[in-house]
Amino acid sequence: MKPIKKPLGHFLALITKAAAATTFLVMAFLILYILINGLPHLTPSLFEFKYTTKNVSMFPALVSTIIMTALSLIIAVPLGAFAGIYLVEYAKKGNRTVKVVRVTAEALSGIPSIVYGLFGMMFFVTYLKWGNSILAGAFTLSIMVLPLIMRTTEEALKSVPDSYREGSFGLGAGRLHTIFKVVLPSAVPGILAGVILSIGRIIGETAALIYTAGTVTEMPQNVFSSARTLSVHMWALTGESLHKNESYAAGVVLLILVVGINSFSAFIAKKFIKEGK
Amino acid sequence: MASDKGDPGQKSQKFWENFMKTLFFISALTSVIAVFLICIFLFAGGIPAMFKIGLFEFIFGRKWAPNDVPPLFGILPMIMGSIYITGGAIAVGVPTGILTAAYMARLCPQNLYRVLKPAVGVLAGIPSIVYGFFGMVVIVPLVSQVFSANGNTILSASILLGIMILPTVIGISETAIRAVPESYYEGSLALGASNEWSIFFVILPAAKSGILAAVILGVGRAIGETMAVIMVAGGQPRLPNSILDGVRTLTANIVTEMPYAADLHREALIATGVVLFVFILIINLLVALLKRGGN
Repeated sequence: MKPIKKPLGHFLALITKAAAATTFLVMAFLILYILINGLPHLTPSLFEFKYTTKNVSMFPALVSTIIMTALSLIIAVPLGAFAGIYLVEYAKKGNRTVKVVRVTAEALSGIPSIVYGLFGMMFFVTYLKWGNSILAGAFTLSIMVLPLIMRTTEEALKSVPDSYREGSFGLGAGRLHTIFKVVLPSAVPGILAGVILSIGRIIGETAALIYTAGTVTEMPQNVFSSARTLSVHMWALTGESLHKNESYAAGVVLLILVVGINSFSAFIAKKFIKEGK
Repeated sequence: MASDKGDPGQKSQKFWENFMKTLFFISALTSVIAVFLICIFLFAGGIPAMFKIGLFEFIFGRKWAPNDVPPLFGILPMIMGSIYITGGAIAVGVPTGILTAAYMARLCPQNLYRVLKPAVGVLAGIPSIVYGFFGMVVIVPLVSQVFSANGNTILSASILLGIMILPTVIGISETAIRAVPESYYEGSLALGASNEWSIFFVILPAAKSGILAAVILGVGRAIGETMAVIMVAGGQPRLPNSILDGVRTLTANIVTEMPYAADLHREALIATGVVLFVFILIINLLVALLKRGGN
């Protein structure tokens, strides 16, 4: 039998290698292509304070992106982290509420961003009358990243050894004291990795924002201003064939931001795991 | 601590314990409330339109012409568009993804793994708008040159989405392959099978429920993708005749027409979202069933 298997074995080994090579090359090509074509178009005029149709500045979009990210995190991080704390530290096993929470969180993580966008448009923009605004966009995005923060918090808390809790209880500390002074400090890096991952998703999001935060090019005045984030800015530019170079430039900035942020998250998570061991 | 009895300090501690516990519990309910609200608003916004148009005419209507008199709201072209493009993405992304996962989990040398794993992470992190732009400036012209036709086609969208679902398929397949007990592999080797043979005919079949979950999640990602698809698929709301025709997906229908839609037209777009949502719910359900079966 061996002589028959051998060429097949070689073939099988070859196709897995080819597939892995394809995956890697596609990634490398995509990144390099955008960088090489985009970097030369990163001109100072693209970062002028005020947007005009002439300079097509991405600066207001960058500021909006930062505000949008901060606001979404202010809403989503406490909710997600507290939810994670409840699931790990308080909930009893087999509790029905916990099951419902888990199922709904999983459902949330599967919903496409355009459906979030539709919901945000109908609920925050129209029903709550917030209009197209950073606030409506941030609330929409915070629901979107909530399951991610919940899950990473849960995993980080679970990785804290039970002996820490027992030690704290044994010394007479209450549950709350144990959570905030003993468990959370050692879970912070894990939670942080999840938060940073969420930042990456918020910055890269487009479909959920077009009809909630809008596409206004101006610098936002307050959270009720409509504004476009960098991703939405890039989307608007690609719609106008005149602005291909500016699209490349926006693509470069987005790519560097998101890939940098995700790598940072992976780095923190890795360091955390090493130290945990 | 005995001296603390009746101490106001302990009373306030008890208050905080209960207060925070309630706060944590309420936070945990956020996701339940969010899903509830999303369902209510989506269904209330879309289902009336389905009945005004006629459920059958809406889902199986072959013509989408909101500006005709009387307007026609048939979303069959968009449903088929989503299905074709998702099918194409699966054809491109799943074989590549599973083979890459097999290579990463079982065959690849340690130092190569340290390059491949982050590469997959990078692919997962790239925003869909950047993928879409890449598709627009690279894949569309390429398809157009090779087939000397308009490049905004099902084929271009399938290739692009095939790349976009790679990280999902690879990540989950890899976990599933790694979860297969080592004894399976050793047993196969002991019976005289080669390394590759054992991987393909023992380990992969043993990991099939996890790999299937990876494929289904890939389908979910592909069917829900919006921005990238709009930029490469052409967007014509008609039933395609070949993979070199342009199509419009359910997601694209919503984004493209929302800016100028009003009244029934707008409701019909929300109803398109409802159909998409139902697709996604079915996919979630399948994944949940698979997980339960796996355990």
